[in-house]
Amino acid sequence: MIEFFNSIQNSLIYKNFFLVLSGLDNTILLLLISLPLGFVLALLFALGRVSKITLLSRTIASYIFVIRGTPLLVQIYLIYFGLGSVKFIRESFLWYALKEPFWCGVIALTINTVAYGAEIFRGGIQSIEKSQVESGLSLGFGKFLLLRKIILPIAIRKVLPTYGNELILMVKATSLVSLTTYMEMTGIARKIMAKTFAPVEAFIAAGILYLFLNFLMVQFVKYLEWKYNPHLRLNN
Amino acid sequence: MFKFDKLVFGDAGWGDEFLIATLMTLLVSILSMGLGLFLAIITVWAKIIQNRITRFIANFYTTVIRGVPELLVIYLIFFGGNAVVMSIAKVFGYNKYIELNALTIATIAIAVISATYSSEVLRASYLAISKGQIEAARALGMNKFSIFFKVISPQVIRHALPGIGNVWQITLKDTSLISVTGLVEIMRQSRISSNVEHSPLTFLITAAILYLCLTTISGRLFKTLEVNYSKGFST
Repeated sequence: MIEFFNSIQNSLIYKNFFLVLSGLDNTILLLLISLPLGFVLALLFALGRVSKITLLSRTIASYIFVIRGTPLLVQIYLIYFGLGSVKFIRESFLWYALKEPFWCGVIALTINTVAYGAEIFRGGIQSIEKSQVESGLSLGFGKFLLLRKIILPIAIRKVLPTYGNELILMVKATSLVSLTTYMEMTGIARKIMAKTFAPVEAFIAAGILYLFLNFLMVQFVKYLEWKYNPHLRLNN
Repeated sequence: MFKFDKLVFGDAGWGDEFLIATLMTLLVSILSMGLGLFLAIITVWAKIIQNRITRFIANFYTTVIRGVPELLVIYLIFFGGNAVVMSIAKVFGYNKYIELNALTIATIAIAVISATYSSEVLRASYLAISKGQIEAARALGMNKFSIFFKVISPQVIRHALPGIGNVWQITLKDTSLISVTGLVEIMRQSRISSNVEHSPLTFLITAAILYLCLTTISGRLFKTLEVNYSKGFST
């Protein structure tokens, strides 16, 4: 029995697991900034997209079109390598953020998730029945109150499963930031691979951690769905 | 800032290189989409026949691949693939060093990822076919193959086309990750060119525009196909 435990402790996967685990906080840090920021901005962008101001709506539509039509890797590289090569950006205050791979990653991830999120929320807002808005209006709700009490809660509740998918895609997308020398889990797994020449062990350790992170995300979204859909609960 | 003169065709610019790289991206996307659909059909089959073991394997495969970053899957297949192929070859008594070329590895890696998405789409559209139709086909004395090809497939295609269009877009964009393996597609080409010319912005914007063109044009194509396949159905 003791031998068995010793052999596990000496195995590469076990050692790699804790090495990769040390990159977990960097991955989570990326998500902790870009997800809430992305959520708020996506809501604002969705409202702008459905607004009657044509210029605003068109601008946001083309933003969404460009971001959804290009791979995230291009966006990350554009921000990290592309913007860094422009002289007046290097001399401006932006350089304080753009010289760090971390902030480049946060900016790229946020820009990406805002486009997808805005499209999801737009679907939610447009699927609200007219009668609900009308009943709000007949109660004398102002525009802001209507938004806060009727449109947003119903829209967000409706698109929670879809937005949950987007959140999981974002967890997976953080691995791309490793290509800008930022040391999160995938970056560390790659480094281990380069040191030990044991690719399978290194990447399986990282894969288990990502699966765990996504599992937590799924549970979180399930909890939110349960919380905000009281009328769908079977037994309360 | 944006050097247009570096994008001309011929020796002075990178236009022809980018054209070849774009064709390479398209080739990898089409090959891996095809292989992915094939894998997806097997996965769906494993899920819908009443067999616990195959269903468990299929569920495990889709859950794990969809829960792990694409980049990790590509790294795993790129660095681990050779070892697996060599150990299989050893069983058959072949002991020499085998190296898979980059295109094969890229195609397999992207196909493994895209198959998980396609399988969900195909499964949903299979379940959308009412059971009565299959029973009716059986009552007419059709055998399993003709049921599959004449009753199930045409309807699955019609139901699945919008979803498959989405998977195609995802697959097309995922091919950009293949650049880490050294296969020269759009992304790799833009990195090479920008390293030579010291002008990343020019070539990265070119790459973005090329991807945008590819996704837009193929999106239009899928729209036309959808209209074509849903003739006679009000959508």
